[in-house]
Amino acid sequence: MSSNNQYLQEDIIRMSGVNPKKCMKCGKCSATCPAYDEMEYHPHQFVDMVETGIIEPLLNSKSLYRCLSCFACIDRCPRGVEPAKLVEAVRLIAVRQQGNNHLKPDAIPGMWDEDLPQQAIVSAFRKYTK
Amino acid sequence: MQRIGVFVCWCGSNIAGTVDVKAVAEALKSEPGVVFSTDYQYMCSQAGQNMIKDAIAEHKLTGIVICSCSPRMHEATFRKTAAAAGLNPYMVEIANIREQCSWVHKDMLTGTEKAVILGKAAVAKVSLNAPLTPGESPVTKRALVIGGGIAGIQTALDIADAGFEVDIVEKKPTIGGKMAQLDKTFPTLDCAACILTPKMVDVAQHEKIRIFSYSEVTDVKGFVGNFDVTIQKHARYVKEDVCTGCGDCTTKCPMKKVPNEFNLNMDNRSAIYIPFAQAVPKVATIDPNACNMLKNGKCGLCAKVCAAGAIDYTQKDEFIEEKYGAIVVATGFNPISMDKFDEFAYNQSKDVITSLEFERLTNAAGPTAGKLLRPSDLEHPHTIVFVQCVGSRCASCAEKGKEYCSKICCMYTAKHAMLTRDKYPDTDVYVFYIDVRTPGKNFDEFYRRAVEEYGVHYIKGMVGKVTPEGKKLKVQASDLLGNRQLHIDADLVVLAAAIEPDKSARPLATKLTASMDTNDFFTEAHPKLRPVESPTAGVFLSGTCQGPKDIPETVSQAGAAASKVIGLLAKDKLTTNPCVASSNEMMCNGCSSCANVCPYGAITYEDKEFRMPDRTTQVRRIAKVNPAVCQGCGACTVACPSGAMDLRGFATSQIMAEVDAICK
Amino acid sequence: MQVNEYKPLIVAFCCNWCSYAGADLAGNNRLSYPADVKIIRVPCSCRVNPMFILRAFQRGADGVIICGCHPGDCHYTSGNYYARRRMALLFSMLDYLGIERERTRVEWVSAAEGAKFAATMNDFAEKVTALGENKRLEDLRCKK
Repeated sequence: MSSNNQYLQEDIIRMSGVNPKKCMKCGKCSATCPAYDEMEYHPHQFVDMVETGIIEPLLNSKSLYRCLSCFACIDRCPRGVEPAKLVEAVRLIAVRQQGNNHLKPDAIPGMWDEDLPQQAIVSAFRKYTK
Repeated sequence: MQRIGVFVCWCGSNIAGTVDVKAVAEALKSEPGVVFSTDYQYMCSQAGQNMIKDAIAEHKLTGIVICSCSPRMHEATFRKTAAAAGLNPYMVEIANIREQCSWVHKDMLTGTEKAVILGKAAVAKVSLNAPLTPGESPVTKRALVIGGGIAGIQTALDIADAGFEVDIVEKKPTIGGKMAQLDKTFPTLDCAACILTPKMVDVAQHEKIRIFSYSEVTDVKGFVGNFDVTIQKHARYVKEDVCTGCGDCTTKCPMKKVPNEFNLNMDNRSAIYIPFAQAVPKVATIDPNACNMLKNGKCGLCAKVCAAGAIDYTQKDEFIEEKYGAIVVATGFNPISMDKFDEFAYNQSKDVITSLEFERLTNAAGPTAGKLLRPSDLEHPHTIVFVQCVGSRCASCAEKGKEYCSKICCMYTAKHAMLTRDKYPDTDVYVFYIDVRTPGKNFDEFYRRAVEEYGVHYIKGMVGKVTPEGKKLKVQASDLLGNRQLHIDADLVVLAAAIEPDKSARPLATKLTASMDTNDFFTEAHPKLRPVESPTAGVFLSGTCQGPKDIPETVSQAGAAASKVIGLLAKDKLTTNPCVASSNEMMCNGCSSCANVCPYGAITYEDKEFRMPDRTTQVRRIAKVNPAVCQGCGACTVACPSGAMDLRGFATSQIMAEVDAICK
Repeated sequence: MQVNEYKPLIVAFCCNWCSYAGADLAGNNRLSYPADVKIIRVPCSCRVNPMFILRAFQRGADGVIICGCHPGDCHYTSGNYYARRRMALLFSMLDYLGIERERTRVEWVSAAEGAKFAATMNDFAEKVTALGENKRLEDLRCKK
């Protein structure tokens, strides 16, 4: 694991409060995910990649913005791993990276997708209203 | 003042090689209370033991210290020697100067020094020893088995075959338990009824066994060898000894729309019913919640048709009091409720069923007479999805599922899948698994046969949701090895529901003072070495009340529990360990701290009258230790805030004296 | 070899079923550990009253170690759990009194772990020796 990846891994685990080691790899998160087909990395892969420390590909993946934050995976995970919180943490890392901001105002119109909800707002709602 | 004798053993050169035994004997001579001190080559030999006996007589010794090998080795030997010389065997202390001194130290000087200190500690302890006598308690040579499933049946048969009387208490109208509801049994696929019902008949006909069906244990008092148990026999409104089990009443009863719990409510029975054809006892029972006669006083048809005149609408619950020497708990399990697993749509569709319901659906005596038909429209299902670990291994959701593995699901699902493919080769069978766990004789071979010979689709992954849509069930699941999400249009979804201990187990454990884990499984006295005994003496465990088990394991545990019971009942009297806790009633303030930490439930409370210095009397609550139940761990002695509780043989003053002797 | 080498005084409480048997096994295998360790046999680690430990320190012990069965293996089902909780409380009190944390220890030694017993005692004796004499709780009136 590169040192940057390790640093990011620790950050993600701390920010999300998720312990990916609790995962027993049953795949119920991916089974339940309504956005599965849109994703390059599926929820169970998210958990696995964070656990093994493969963070860079996740940061650069569009999957981050395909997660609907519907929290079905959190609701149904039998081990209480909460994959959606990991996705949110990776998303926040991406947003916070200096000079690499995925949500630069100028770039937003280019990223606009009629079919997808606006992730930052939706997930913020979820996070602060639950 | 004690008159203590010290005997230092050479153990050939084992001790004498590193410890100056003569110096040790000499040094201990000047300890307070020591009147005699000597050394010898082999204390444990006949000559050595005779030397001890002679010294006890000659010097009128009241306590002896043997400086020798570990007490785990020869404590019993020297206690016998002392007893033979007329000295109380508990007036013997061993200073371990071999395993813990001469064998671990190389230097003569340090070895001798340490041996002297260990000897001094033993002298200090023995001077505070008090003579102890093992107590005796009689044994009632009868056993009670709570639960009449395969575990209870097997235990009862084994005990009764050894010649002891056994009573079985079963809360349902018939014995047989869960096994009676099963269709086939893995891995041999013989039918459950074919192997169970002969055993049920054996129980019914055994002259040493009595069955209290439709009954419950309401109260347990006493202790090992001497339990007083109250059994509540519910009114079944049918005279058990008169009813012939002909079944005329059940066919004539007009209340025919009562959900049949034996078939898991998938069909109906009448208000007066016999659970199934091979029920034991084969006696009708009236369901008071459904019978019009009992509810409104109108009908009485069953009484009219009963040729034997067995119906008695005025019957009342009976309370029976019995004495037992041993109690076996065999309360069994139930599948957990699927109500909270919304994602599997169990409550939305009749075609989502549990595995136990599937057993009834495929059973010849079941609601579909053995034809595999969808419960909703009685059509033959062509695509069946089995979901494993529903509620098992579920750490996050204590209110939904269970953290443990239910152990039996992998195998029965393989059985269901195989039998379905065997009988209906036109069906597609999918099994979604997290892991397939098949440790057991011929178990993995069985599972591989389901895959390789019967073409069952085993898919590593979990079902995320089931949505009823028209006549189909849309199953969305992940295929982790294929890295894809699957969408299957299924006709039938079978959930391998986790199993949990029967709800009656927790209140029963309280009555028995037997301990339970957080999942309500009974705890065994030792997880490896005493797996069929409860920590509470005289209470034994059989079957799934102790943890998830399949039938072969249950039967072998049932036999093991029976052999432990037989071992207990074969004794006329129980000798109790005298090294038990005892409470000083003058100091006890009845706070319950000791009872709370006692793993055996040996401590009870009683109100006792005390005469006060001013000649008034005062009633105080004090702790009382039952020496037949106490095992002498000493947990209570430390918990006691007033210092009233002490442990005989390892008294606080004795251990303090040892500490002082060592630290001098 | 040094002259007048400092020798600590260590009291070990061993439960009868696991640790005492482990100590016996260490002896059977002739695994040496310092003679400074003196073992007191108790039926279970839960029999060890915190008072015993304070008494040992008062009487001049330099270290006290409590050995019991491994969690889940207690002969009396739950005794070692009680011991663990009680000692955790006692140790925090000793901390408050200024007794070094290394002077007290709880270890799980099974009847099969003779080597672990010897290693534990060696390590413990070494740590206590490094700390030197325990004077804080010692009652000088008890000293000869």
